[in-house]
Amino acid sequence: MSVHTFTLDGQPVAGAAGETILEVATEQGVSIPTLCHLDGLSSVGACRLCVVEVAGRPRPQPACITPVEEGMEVVTRSEELDEWRATVVEMLFVERNHICSICVANGDCELQDLAVDLGVDHFELPAMSPRLEIDSSHRLFAIDHNRCVLCTRCVRVCDEIEGAHTWDVMGRGIDARVVSDLGTPWGASPTCTSCGKCVQVCPTGALFEKGRAVGEGAKERRPFLPYLRRHGAGTR
Amino acid sequence: MTRRRLATVWLDGCSGCHMSFLDLDERLLELAEHAELVYSPLVDVKEYPAGVDVCLVEGAVSTTDDLGRIRSVRARTRTLVSFGDCAVTANVPSLRNPVGAAPLLQRAYVDNVDRDAGVPVEVVPPLLDRSLPVHRVVPVEVFLPGCPPPADLIHETLLRLLGVEAGVPPERPPRFG
Ligand code: SF4
Ligand code: SF4
Ligand code: FES
Repeated sequence: MSVHTFTLDGQPVAGAAGETILEVATEQGVSIPTLCHLDGLSSVGACRLCVVEVAGRPRPQPACITPVEEGMEVVTRSEELDEWRATVVEMLFVERNHICSICVANGDCELQDLAVDLGVDHFELPAMSPRLEIDSSHRLFAIDHNRCVLCTRCVRVCDEIEGAHTWDVMGRGIDARVVSDLGTPWGASPTCTSCGKCVQVCPTGALFEKGRAVGEGAKERRPFLPYLRRHGAGTR
Repeated sequence: MTRRRLATVWLDGCSGCHMSFLDLDERLLELAEHAELVYSPLVDVKEYPAGVDVCLVEGAVSTTDDLGRIRSVRARTRTLVSFGDCAVTANVPSLRNPVGAAPLLQRAYVDNVDRDAGVPVEVVPPLLDRSLPVHRVVPVEVFLPGCPPPADLIHETLLRLLGVEAGVPPERPPRFG
């Protein structure tokens, strides 16, 4: 196994070839904010919360999909990175309708937690207030697009762990939506096994179990798939 | 020692933030040593006075009336605090924003009623097309998210803004919801 040595916030570290910056940082106890990344699933670099600076590269790099290289100089904390990350969080909030006080995920939401961690206490950008749908046709679960951050965790867990591949992303940019079976109502999905894995991994209140009231999404939200538990889940 | 001039204002909110303010309980007495409540739904003063040091604003800006009030409050206040999620993000009042005021009123007061259909125009001020966070309308110095913000957080923030040696920072950091 070949090993790459490089620096992480000035400290010399080593990582196996093929490892990502995020993996090595986690091994080293250096925490980098993430949202779309979830241990146990493939990484897609969808959210850009995990951006880090790499000397010699013009733009910040997503740590979750950037492999380590020999001699790299990586910076995980700086004022500029904090600002970038805070802006990403702000854009996620204003792009859809996040009304935490009446959300099923209130108090157990990774987007909410990120806002606290990054000091986002209001939004400079105006809210877009799009008109979005809720699909509650499934017997057990519902999806509220008002709360979706397009992390695609649901898409990946359904495909990679459950093997059903019910979910996909349709549309581009601001029009992108996660859809079940190419746009079939979830309740009519011929592929969904009702395993609930997508609900468990959803970082926000977008996917939830029916019958849960405001702030009740937490509880048994992620009791199974222990290897998929997000770090710090439910600790706040 | 001279007391600072404190005010609170209630726009489009449920008054829950004011309830949380009252949850300061005996700490209100301590607060009263440092500040005089010169205007508030909790005191009987009709006109928002000039020369206010700190004002907590609860609620979103949802009507033409809210708009006029917040502008005059801003002009007479040194430190304006967006007090709670409705003031900070427009929160629950903003649920109507994807629809717009006219279709909303039409649905509520015309389409869905059998008798005396018609959008009310007397006494109630006209709705703005969207409910707005306070800082979309006037500059705001301090943001205090939460639905409602916990009493500990209000206490700590107020003491800090009044220039009093602040107590222990609250356990729960400020957050939406
Ligand atoms: S999904 Fe999270 S951030 Fe969005 S409204 Fe719900 S609790 Fe708030
Ligand atoms: S529904 Fe949830 S898990 Fe799926 S993309 Fe949206 S936020 Fe992510
Ligand atoms: S966690 Fe790396 S891009 Fe989302």
